Formats: sequence, C-alpha cells, structure tokens
Amino acid sequence: MSKLPYERPVIQRLNTGSMNKFGTRTEYAPVTHIENVSVKSLISEFGSPLFVISENKIRQLYSDVTRAFKTRYPRVQFAWSYKTNYMNAVCNVFHQLGSWAEVVSGFEYNKALKNGVPGSKIIFNGPDKTDDELTLAIRNDSLIHIDHLDELYRIIELAVELKKRPKVAIRVNMDVGIYPMWDRFGFNYENGQAWDAINKIILTDKIDLVGLHAHIGTFMLSPQAYGVAASKLADLAYHTKIKFEKNIEYIDLGGGFASKNTLKGSYLKGSDSSPSFDDYAEAISTALLNAEYTKEHMPLLILESGRALIDEAGFLLGTVIANKRLSDGRRSTILDFGVNILFTAFWYDHKISPAQDFSHYTEDTVLYGPLCMNIDVVRENVTLPPMKKGDQVVVHTVGAYNMTQWMQFISLRPNIVLIDTNGKTHLIRAKESLDTLNSQERMPAHLSSFKL
Amino acid sequence: MWHLFTKSFFNMKIRKNIAVSDSGFIFNPSTGDSFSTNPIGLEIIQMLKEEKSKEEMRKTILQKYQVDEATFEKDFYDFVSMLHQTQIISQDEEKKN
Repeated sequence: MSKLPYERPVIQRLNTGSMNKFGTRTEYAPVTHIENVSVKSLISEFGSPLFVISENKIRQLYSDVTRAFKTRYPRVQFAWSYKTNYMNAVCNVFHQLGSWAEVVSGFEYNKALKNGVPGSKIIFNGPDKTDDELTLAIRNDSLIHIDHLDELYRIIELAVELKKRPKVAIRVNMDVGIYPMWDRFGFNYENGQAWDAINKIILTDKIDLVGLHAHIGTFMLSPQAYGVAASKLADLAYHTKIKFEKNIEYIDLGGGFASKNTLKGSYLKGSDSSPSFDDYAEAISTALLNAEYTKEHMPLLILESGRALIDEAGFLLGTVIANKRLSDGRRSTILDFGVNILFTAFWYDHKISPAQDFSHYTEDTVLYGPLCMNIDVVRENVTLPPMKKGDQVVVHTVGAYNMTQWMQFISLRPNIVLIDTNGKTHLIRAKESLDTLNSQERMPAHLSSFKL
Repeated sequence: MWHLFTKSFFNMKIRKNIAVSDSGFIFNPSTGDSFSTNPIGLEIIQMLKEEKSKEEMRKTILQKYQVDEATFEKDFYDFVSMLHQTQIISQDEEKKN
C-alpha cells in the first residue's frame, strides 16, 4: 500500500468576529507555474532564489496602458523609466514596443545609448547631471529636463561653448491636493518659480524650451491629482504661447501610477484599490483636452510610467530554509531571500504563494529572510499552508525597483530569468559570485598577509 | 533522536474535558477556546487521547505517511509544544501522571 502525502500537524485557534466583509484570504492557492514553466524546473535550472520576468505580461500591460491613453488623447508617447528596472533585456522589450528612454543619471543615460536608443529619444531627468553628461546630452539632442537654476545657468553656458541649442524642459512641482507634496524636484508652480524659469529660458534665447514636466509622486492612488497637474502645466504652456508666441511641444506627466501591490497598512488589497490605467487616462486626457489649445497645437503627452508597467511582470521564487516557533506561539518561516533582494518588502505586503499543492489548512506565519539582521522581515503576518524545509514559494508583483534597488549585503544577488512569449527561458543577468565583488577590491601591500 | 526529548515531555495527556470531532474541530470547555487541526494533527491528538506510547505514535505515522523520521520528529515536537501552549495538554494533569 502506498503511503499518504504528509503534511505537518497544525493547530489553529479559531477566532470569531475577526473576518472582514471580504471573507478569508485565499493567497495560499498554490502557484506551480509561471507562464507555463514550472517553478520547480526554474529553480532546478537557475537556482534559488530567482527573479523571473514574464515578457508576455510586460507586453500585455503596455498594450493596456497605450489603449487607455491613445483612445482618449491623440498624441501619446511612453518613455521607459530606467530606474524602475534597467535590465537591458527589460528595457529592450519596452523599446521594441515603442518606448523612449527616461533616465536619471549618466550611468542610465549611457545604458540607454548602448541599448541603441537614439539620443533624441532619451529624456534626461534628475538633479545630478555632470558637465560631461550634459555635454553628451546636448550633442545628442536629448531632452534635458532642468531641475534647478544652477543647472539652467550651466546649460546656457554649455550652449554657448558648444555652439548648439539644447532642447530642454523644466520640471515643475506643484500642489495637486495630495500629501506629502513633492517640492524638492524642479521649480514650484504656485510661487512663480516655474514661470520665472520659463521667462529666463526664452528671453536668454540660447536654449529651446520644448516641454514641461511634472512628476507629482509615487504610487499615486488619486488619478485626479494628475488631472490637476495636467491643468497647471497646460496653463503654463498657454501663458508661454500668449506672451512669447511659442508652442510647447510636449507635456510630460512623469510616472507614479500605482501597481497592483498592497501598501503596508492598507485595508484593501492593491488589486482592489489601485486605480486602473483608464482612471489615470481619463483624468489626464480630460484636463488636457479642456485646456486652451488649438487642434493643431495639441502637445505630445509623454508618460514615464515605470512601476505599473513592470511590477506585475516580475516574480521572485524562493525556498523555505527552516521553520521555527516564536515565543508567543506564532509560526515563523525562514526563506532564502530577504530584504536585501526584495527591497520592496519594506513598503508592501507582497502576495506570496506556495509553489506546491497543499491541503486547505493554514497557519498564521511570519516570513523572515536569511539575513542575520533583525530588519529582515518579508511579511509580518501572512496566512499560509504549513510549509516545510525545501518547499518553494512565489512572491508576486516584484518587477519594479527590486532589480535596481537590491543590495549586495550578506548574500549575493541571484540570477534573473526572462520567459519570452514562446515560453522559452533566458538568463538575462547572471548571479554574482565572490569573484564579482573581489574583482572591484584592491589590497594595500602592507595588508596582504597576516599570521594568526 | 527520540531519546533527546525529556521524559516529562512525553508524559502527557490530553485534558479529559477536551472535545474533539472527527473533522478536526477541538473545543476546550475550560477556556472556551476552539481550534481546528489538520488530519495528521487530529490523528496525533486521538492517539494521545488513547494514551498510545511515543513509539506507537512514531511507528503509526511513519508507516502511514510519506515522511522521514527526522522531519516527523521536529514537527511532532513543535505540535506537542503547541498543545501545551493552547492548554489542550494541561501541566496539572501531566504532574498527576
């Protein structure tokens, strides 16, 4: 007689009155495959932990967002936000789909150039651009978004030196009715800084003001805030047209659209509470269409959405290292990935699924990472089936920021695999080794040996 | 490995008034608490009620389920700790035995 499948014995206290109106959570439904590729085979081939990116999902999200905007506004251009995920393969999926590049450092700028993006289709944002980087961007006709007056004056000087008219936009910050208001980047709208900067640029007549840019925040749950931002930028463009008879070619509303992740402390899951692309598109396009433009001079709408276009395409696969019981009786499970590579665990209650079948019995569990650091908590409280050492898990919606903000801390960064539209797997970034790190270090001669 | 557990750990009895249903529902009338357990948990609790020895319990589970001895031992230890913590096994009754 064959033996029955084993499951760890569990006992769970039944609490009455603790369910909310949405019933019990069902996050523990097993996820055994990603894009028809089994989690087991991915881990066996590429190791654990492992980041997995679905090319299908990226293409689907891009198609959703472009449909939402292009059906509402005639001229829309997306620019891929490199900082959100600058794996070259990921960037090139977006470039194949028609996205320009949006970068915030010289390093990212050069990454975009090496990926083959024409300089004129790179938007250069951020407060830190060196003279060399500005010179390169000016020569390449890139769109330089000016963050502060020091940068504006330097670009005017470089324009004279290089005998070239740089194409610029100014970043504008403003009150759009949300808290906290982001006012550290760009020129303020309400106190007149932005209008002053526009006047300086046009009256100096050394550089071309082609656009206006705003980025009102991140993980914005209020689409209407974008409507306010679009109206204020359109107002600046209108006054520029009236005073200088100059048309602003584009309005760039940045990024910040929420993904389907669940923010810590949120009552509702992100999949229920985050606005849809249609919600954002409706708010923005209504504001722009209602602005004072003639049909011939409707500006190009540029969007730099990152998180909402890649988060759901990313998965992190991992393995259970151990189980232990905490002093208050809660179960804790130690996984082989922690906040070092899942940086977003600081902000989100990530959805985590077991990667193998279980019965319907569950336990309240704390999920810890493998770091010998108290801060390494993946989920403070999650209801999961009883998992044992060696069981595998899938963390959902991890495509944004983790593969750029991850830390080489205590353990090394793992492989990243892309599953293409035919279900074929490609290693797009190899895991790090001790040699990767040591190759960057230099040992002073007097420290090269010791006796113990 | 079973010898590593203290004698008193296995000298344990389910409190007499604990009600256990066939579906894994457990009620402790002393505290008013109710619990649910999975089939293996239920099987262990029933064996404890029947005052089976640790050796009998070990053999039964290892023969019936796809589990190695070390894994079951860790899980059994943890489960019994939880039975202590939830007062399904009472310290007083342990002492009486």
